[in-house]
Amino acid sequence: MTARTLTVRDLAQIAIFAALIAALGVPGPLSLGVIAVPITLQTLGVMLAGAVLGARKGFFAVLLFLALTAAGLPLLAGGRGGLAWFTTSPSAGYLYGWLLGVLVIGYLTSRLLPKYPFWPALGATVLGGIVMIYAIGVPVTAFTLHLPIWGALVDASKFLPGDAIKAVVTVLVARQVHRAYPGLIPRRRAVTASSATSTPTSTATPTPARASDE
Amino acid sequence: MIGLYSPGHSLLHRAPTLLKLAVLSAGVLWVGILGEPWQLLVALGIIAGLYPVAGVPPRAAWQQIGPILWILLIAVPIQALLSGWVPAALMAGRLLAAVALAALFTLTTTVTAVLEGFQRLLRPFDRWVDADRVGLLVAITLRCIPLVAEIVTEVLEARRARGTQGSLLALAVPVVVRSLYAADAIGEALVARGLDD
Amino acid sequence: MSTIVFDGVSHSFGDRSVLRDLSLTLTERRIGIVGANGSGKSTLVRLINGLITPDAGTVTVDGLLVAKNAREVRHRVGFIFTNPDNQIVMPTVEEDVAFSLRKRGLGAAEIAGRTQAALDRFGLSAHAAHPAHRLSGGQKQLLALAAVLVGEPQVVVADEPTTLLDARNSRRIADLFRAMTQQVIVVTHQLDLLEDFDRVICIEDGTVVADGAPAVAIDAYRALLA
Repeated sequence: MTARTLTVRDLAQIAIFAALIAALGVPGPLSLGVIAVPITLQTLGVMLAGAVLGARKGFFAVLLFLALTAAGLPLLAGGRGGLAWFTTSPSAGYLYGWLLGVLVIGYLTSRLLPKYPFWPALGATVLGGIVMIYAIGVPVTAFTLHLPIWGALVDASKFLPGDAIKAVVTVLVARQVHRAYPGLIPRRRAVTASSATSTPTSTATPTPARASDE
Repeated sequence: MIGLYSPGHSLLHRAPTLLKLAVLSAGVLWVGILGEPWQLLVALGIIAGLYPVAGVPPRAAWQQIGPILWILLIAVPIQALLSGWVPAALMAGRLLAAVALAALFTLTTTVTAVLEGFQRLLRPFDRWVDADRVGLLVAITLRCIPLVAEIVTEVLEARRARGTQGSLLALAVPVVVRSLYAADAIGEALVARGLDD
Repeated sequence: MSTIVFDGVSHSFGDRSVLRDLSLTLTERRIGIVGANGSGKSTLVRLINGLITPDAGTVTVDGLLVAKNAREVRHRVGFIFTNPDNQIVMPTVEEDVAFSLRKRGLGAAEIAGRTQAALDRFGLSAHAAHPAHRLSGGQKQLLALAAVLVGEPQVVVADEPTTLLDARNSRRIADLFRAMTQQVIVVTHQLDLLEDFDRVICIEDGTVVADGAPAVAIDAYRALLA
């Protein structure tokens, strides 16, 4: 979040995605037809932040959302919030897992663009959005509740079907978004030459895709 | 920016944020090392006594502490089967005490005060993190939450009007695309209004 | 009044050309810009404060090259967007107005005083501490105006400021534009707003097709639409 490296447009995208993660928590936990497991859409927001904005902007968006929640805004699904969810709650680990997850999804997505083939993209999203998040969340639950790891894992597995659906949705959404709105994730160094043609002052110029009256 | 804050003028409300945060951390560590059930009971009694001192309404307190009780309802029997009732009770007591302490902090500190506290904690790192810019970003995000919530509501309504319910994809694509357009427009407004640093 | 000069300006988005070799000198106090959707008029006004930098040609405000002196120019030129929801960047009404005054070397008391005065002027004082998103559409555009005018710009540029408003609110905003002492440049489809303006410019397909007294230019625009 240093002043020198993020453009005003980056800041606006970070703020909007932090707000999006919050807005996706508003409906609260909801059941998906056949599957009688409560899922919240908030992790969908986390996966989307990585897959749409990339590692850096996505990470800041998630961090910003978490900071606001820790500060006492009731932004977690179901109107929860406050410091307890980050420190002493058995589910605290999942929230830190989001930070790792968004980094992994964002990094791998930037390697897969511009083609973004379905199966590798799904693999990247599952690795970041499920494996990494559980990798931090499950041991923390086990530690706080003095449960064996397998016990915490069984407890966590009830969220697995919902998370799998969210990973698929994330990939399908990211595919359409990157096609409609190219250039969201800066290319790696290898291709900087091609991006140098964009004007340096284009911090907030509307993109060609903008639907307004130009 | 009221959030979960429970307004009041008690000693806990007036105490400096970072001092409260330090005491909270020390308190969590303290209950973490208590080894005897009676010690934990005393600690729980002290913490419970702080709630009336802070004048927190029971409903607000319950909203914060309630969820942990549901988790304990499942975790305590499992723990008891695995290692006996005393360790299970100790675990439950420690967790309850820690959550109650953290909740007390949240209930007696305004969001603004916590964010200012965060900023002060960031000051020593201003070589890497621009605390003013972080504050600005927080404010912009708070502005964006109702904006994005409105986008979500509008997309949900449009979906209902067209009778295409159920598909998460039909919700997520327009929400993300419209949010990105909104981000562009806000970026443009920020530049027009003098944020080019 | 400020002098705004477009010299040989061309701009395109991708392969779509939106402005073609356009030259204009704007010195009048109240200038209207009309044109169909996609004619290039929004791009034209965004060049004035450097929101868009042209592919070719230069834009200057009082001799200052916009591309080089964007910060200085943006202090002189206030910009009102069509959708006030996107222009409001801070959570509460007074914070949003005060945002325009940051980094200008003003003390906290000075900022509070000027913010209060601007809110009074637009009848928003009662909402000072309210969340900005709770305001009505008309109030939001008033807030946008207050937040721009508090910075005391010499020029106010507005891109279709009344398009999203109902008849009563658009009349109110139009009256406020008439009463402004600043130089005003308004893009609009609300032609009656421009009747007593000093100059109206009609843009079509990225070039100026009519330029002159309101009656003349508006007639040309109506002919284009027919």
